[in-house]
Amino acid sequence: MAIQVNGTTIPTDEEGYIEDLNLWSPEVAELMAQEDGQELTEQHWEVINFLREYYDEYQIAPAVRVLTKQIGKRLGPEKGNSKYLYELFPYGPAKQACRYAGLPKPTGCV
Amino acid sequence: MSDEANWEDAGAVKRFMFVNRKAPHGTIYALEALEVVLISAAFDQDVSLAFLDDGVHQLRQGQDAKALGMKNFAPTFRALDDYDIDKLYVEAESLAQRGLSAEELIVPVQVVDRERMSALMAEQDVVMSF
Repeated sequence: MAIQVNGTTIPTDEEGYIEDLNLWSPEVAELMAQEDGQELTEQHWEVINFLREYYDEYQIAPAVRVLTKQIGKRLGPEKGNSKYLYELFPYGPAKQACRYAGLPKPTGCV
Repeated sequence: MSDEANWEDAGAVKRFMFVNRKAPHGTIYALEALEVVLISAAFDQDVSLAFLDDGVHQLRQGQDAKALGMKNFAPTFRALDDYDIDKLYVEAESLAQRGLSAEELIVPVQVVDRERMSALMAEQDVVMSF
């Protein structure tokens, strides 16, 4: 599978995660969201940008429990909870946000 | 991962120790072990890691695996704290034999001698060796 962004073909796995992190651009996230019928707001980008920074530092996509805790620490307790994150990413905050961020599926995710 | 299930009632917490004995990049063992560790953390178990023999190399700072076409996953050990995994034991003899010290490792660890390591293993419910 693959997605087309600005005339470039970006290969994805069968679940829609891009295979090469380096091919990611914000347009990738916009396009994926569009296909899910969602519009990305500043609140979505806060989470996506956090995930990219986390991956850059630790080389893994965090599990949802870790994501929730770290978002709370960095962006405030009103955002570090499942309800807030599920409202932004109804397909599962770790799974869906990692896909938009161009990361692999979080380890331990089934 | 998928929705966080309620595991509290799912059974008793067991003591798991993951024993790392191999160098980081020559085989897939080290990376696979780390994946299993991260998965086990999601199940709220009592998890510890042990590093022996060439396994101590996994924790060395400043690794560059690019030329091998492998991912440098050493930074992931620094994320273990986020997963509430803070028991990392390194065997003193293995470090010494390789001319290494705890200061050269990427994360804070407890350096224990062989005898103590053996006692720690005996305390576990499950020991998995990679």
